[in-house]
Amino acid sequence: MAALGIAMGGGNWFSALALGVTLLKCLLIPTYHSTDFEVHRNWLAITHSLPVSQWYYEATSEWTLDYPPFFAWFEYALSHVAKYFDQEMLNVRNLNYSSSRTLLFQRFSVIFTDALFVYAVHECCKCIDGKKAGKELTEKPKFILSVLLLWNFGLLIVDHIHFQYNGFLFGLMLLSIARLFQKRHMEGAFLFAVLLHFKHIYLYVAPAYGVYLLRSYCFTANKPDGSIRWNSFSFVRVISLGLIVFLVSALSLGPFLALNQLPQVLSRLFPFKRGLCHAYWAPNFWALYNALDKVLSIIGPRGFLRCLILCALSSFLFGWHVHEKAILLAVLPMSLLSVGKAGDASIFLILTTTGHYSLFPLLFTAPELPTKILLMLLFTTYSISSLKTLFRKEKPLFNWLETFYLLGLGPLEVFCEFVFPFTSWKLKYPFIPLLLTSVYCAAGITYAWFKLYVSVLSDPPSSKTKKQ
Amino acid sequence: MEKWHLMTIVVLIGLTVRWTVSLNSYSGAGKPPMFGDYEAQRHWQEITFNLPIKQWYFNSSDNNLQYWGLDYPPLTAYHSLLCAYVAKFINPDWIALHTSRGYESQAHKLFMRTTVLIADLLIYIPAVVLYCCCLKEISTKKKVANALCILLYPGLILIDYGHFHLGFALWGVLGVSCDWDLLGSLAFCLAINYKQMELYHSLPFFCFLLGKCFKKGLKGKGFVLLIKLACTVVASFILCWLPFCTEREQTLQVLRRLFPVDRGLFEDKVANIWCSFSIFLKIKEILPHHFQIIISFCFTFLSLLPACVKLTLQPSSKGFRFTLVSCALSFFLFSFQVHEKSILLVSLPVCLVLSEIPFMSTWFLLVSTFSMLPLLLKDELLMPLVVTTIAFFIACATSFSIFEKTSEEELQLKSFSLSVRKYLPCFTFLSRIIQYLFLISVITMVLLTLITVTLDPPQKLPDLFSVLVCFVSCLHFLFFLVYFNIIIMWDSKSGRNQKKIN
Repeated sequence: MAALGIAMGGGNWFSALALGVTLLKCLLIPTYHSTDFEVHRNWLAITHSLPVSQWYYEATSEWTLDYPPFFAWFEYALSHVAKYFDQEMLNVRNLNYSSSRTLLFQRFSVIFTDALFVYAVHECCKCIDGKKAGKELTEKPKFILSVLLLWNFGLLIVDHIHFQYNGFLFGLMLLSIARLFQKRHMEGAFLFAVLLHFKHIYLYVAPAYGVYLLRSYCFTANKPDGSIRWNSFSFVRVISLGLIVFLVSALSLGPFLALNQLPQVLSRLFPFKRGLCHAYWAPNFWALYNALDKVLSIIGPRGFLRCLILCALSSFLFGWHVHEKAILLAVLPMSLLSVGKAGDASIFLILTTTGHYSLFPLLFTAPELPTKILLMLLFTTYSISSLKTLFRKEKPLFNWLETFYLLGLGPLEVFCEFVFPFTSWKLKYPFIPLLLTSVYCAAGITYAWFKLYVSVLSDPPSSKTKKQ
Repeated sequence: MEKWHLMTIVVLIGLTVRWTVSLNSYSGAGKPPMFGDYEAQRHWQEITFNLPIKQWYFNSSDNNLQYWGLDYPPLTAYHSLLCAYVAKFINPDWIALHTSRGYESQAHKLFMRTTVLIADLLIYIPAVVLYCCCLKEISTKKKVANALCILLYPGLILIDYGHFHLGFALWGVLGVSCDWDLLGSLAFCLAINYKQMELYHSLPFFCFLLGKCFKKGLKGKGFVLLIKLACTVVASFILCWLPFCTEREQTLQVLRRLFPVDRGLFEDKVANIWCSFSIFLKIKEILPHHFQIIISFCFTFLSLLPACVKLTLQPSSKGFRFTLVSCALSFFLFSFQVHEKSILLVSLPVCLVLSEIPFMSTWFLLVSTFSMLPLLLKDELLMPLVVTTIAFFIACATSFSIFEKTSEEELQLKSFSLSVRKYLPCFTFLSRIIQYLFLISVITMVLLTLITVTLDPPQKLPDLFSVLVCFVSCLHFLFFLVYFNIIIMWDSKSGRNQKKIN
């Protein structure tokens, strides 16, 4: 009995947090799911019933396979478990099939694959130093970071209500970031390469990886003042990195190259080949150029993280055909920075609160209204109060304008969801709530981006030579 | 972090869990002709809105009492009326006389669930938060953890409708414990007028308040207090029953509906002595009807008499809470026409003593949830049941470190074991025995749950699993009855005299 007591009560707060959020995810099983549910069911059917040569040609359903090959193999592996739940879901012709067993299987697969995310969070906590920590468990940066990541509102509603597989993908990304923090550069590069072949949207942050690995790994030493020592360039390292990326890509695209299907695969991954690429990468790159230029002078994993977040935010703000969910690409890595410095915490809170609020239109059904409001309040209350307590010895996190802006989200929500539907404008101008939400949140996100940019530029480079 | 931030987070977690569980099926969903409790609640809105007050409790062509007739006191009817006004504003079809029978739709389900959530938010949850904040001699962290555990108790989350009566009863306990006697008794009277089962709690309230009056001296302040309390009680009852007091026939009919003595000793399967006993001996058929009432009455009162007498002679807040538990448990085990859900009336006081005897309270609350297994499975609530039970167990285990608190002193059995050791010097294994019993109990409950869910009962005994669940739960409850009575009776006087009566 005592042994059980130690196991339960002892310091195993991390397991308790992970288990708690998993139980919450189980409760979200009967909620609304979007068309993404059918998308993934269709991909299960395609990869299970058809040979590889037809995966990227199959078009019975409108939701064709448009993720890179590793994700297709992932769905193939899942389908072998799916057949024990409900064989019918694996039939390509069963469009919009959603029996209760199908629902159970799909939801459980998301919950189960989140295990990788939990592991990645565990690794990230190891990279956080606990110097600021008080004796109190709930005031330790590790604890706060774990809650901010494991119980992240955006991830919960996008993955477990709306339905997607972002959990394990972000797990891969956080794990690669953690490896870079731990100076295990080859592993970090490998993990990121694998991630790219699961979902190509992470290309947005590839420049950050590229620059950092080049700067900190390929140039093996620095001059005392922190700038690059050009003669310490290591060809071996460049080649080994290149080899990793090449091998991973070969594993992923190789079979399709052999089948002469590469153009088809690429056309599925990047729809509107020429026109979109041209217009979609250009403003992206332009915005990134400025960031990268200055960031080259910043070294250390913390600098890398800021660069990554800037890339993600810039592409969110200026990119083409960007989905609201892409804000998570900036929010999750930012959590790692938020427990380090008060300034970062402030930016994180503005970014997260507005970013999460901008996800509200994804869940437009009535039963999900209380769920999303309660979960949002839960996460926001926790994040603001825990970070305020952590940095209570420094100046307040928000000035009056920022406080006012964040508080304004409340009335905005009341107006959009409770007042507007009963007014006469609903029929004439039904887009008003969405418009208001987008504009209001864009203001907050742009402000956060701007503040982050300024803090990156104004940090003296020499301070970064110390071990981060 | 500040206390209020933590409490807010705990309340939000409680609300989130409640709402997500309510997204599941409800009792009697899609099961004509009678449906279930959900339909009963909707029907009461229909009746109270469309018919005049005089006809609410009477059988008529418009009001068929066989189809979910009103059988709760007037406050429930008024509450249904209030909800009916809101329903009328949103969609009158929901409460149209006769035509809305069996009405089921997504929007209506949302409406019903929202009324429940609001009721919980306004009455029950503030009572829990305030109660935990008023607990003495424990740290802020423990207070918040206590609130979390109480709000995560599966029984109250999984059972459909709002728990106004438990909320009011909790306000009553709070008031009386903090010496706001009049407000406390007013709240409790409202609770009784909401659901008559609250009478299970009435004796401890009565004895505690009477004891307080005696303590203050019947010649002076005590007498004044007694008069004030009597007036409060009478006034609140008159206020609630005003429309029904005009004619004798009205009052009698309401009473007949509230206390259906024509129905038998028990209905369905309940973890009650009579139901368990009838496995061996069919008392329902053997004994004549009025005799059944008499023996149930006698057993109930005999089992709760010692605790109540002690409470009257030595009123204390701690004694009051424990007596609430043992009285409610006595009623549950021995009383007439007990429903499975009445275990919630015992669970609420046990939640209140969670901080004092965490191990036994957690054990009891797990058993109480288990005892409702057949009902919950019928309502297709297996997944929420498993999830909330695990969450509750983890919350209690980590907040109170229950597995380290199984010594005699922690279980409040020290004085009892000392007394026993005077006669039996070798009686030292009490805590070891209790630990083993806990292990066996949990294993049995898990096994029975697995069996009930996966296997089909044999053809000759279709109710086998429900009966087994009830029987096992009944044994547990008898054990707990003995345990709680031991605590009350052996509660050492010397220990309490050192502290003020709190």
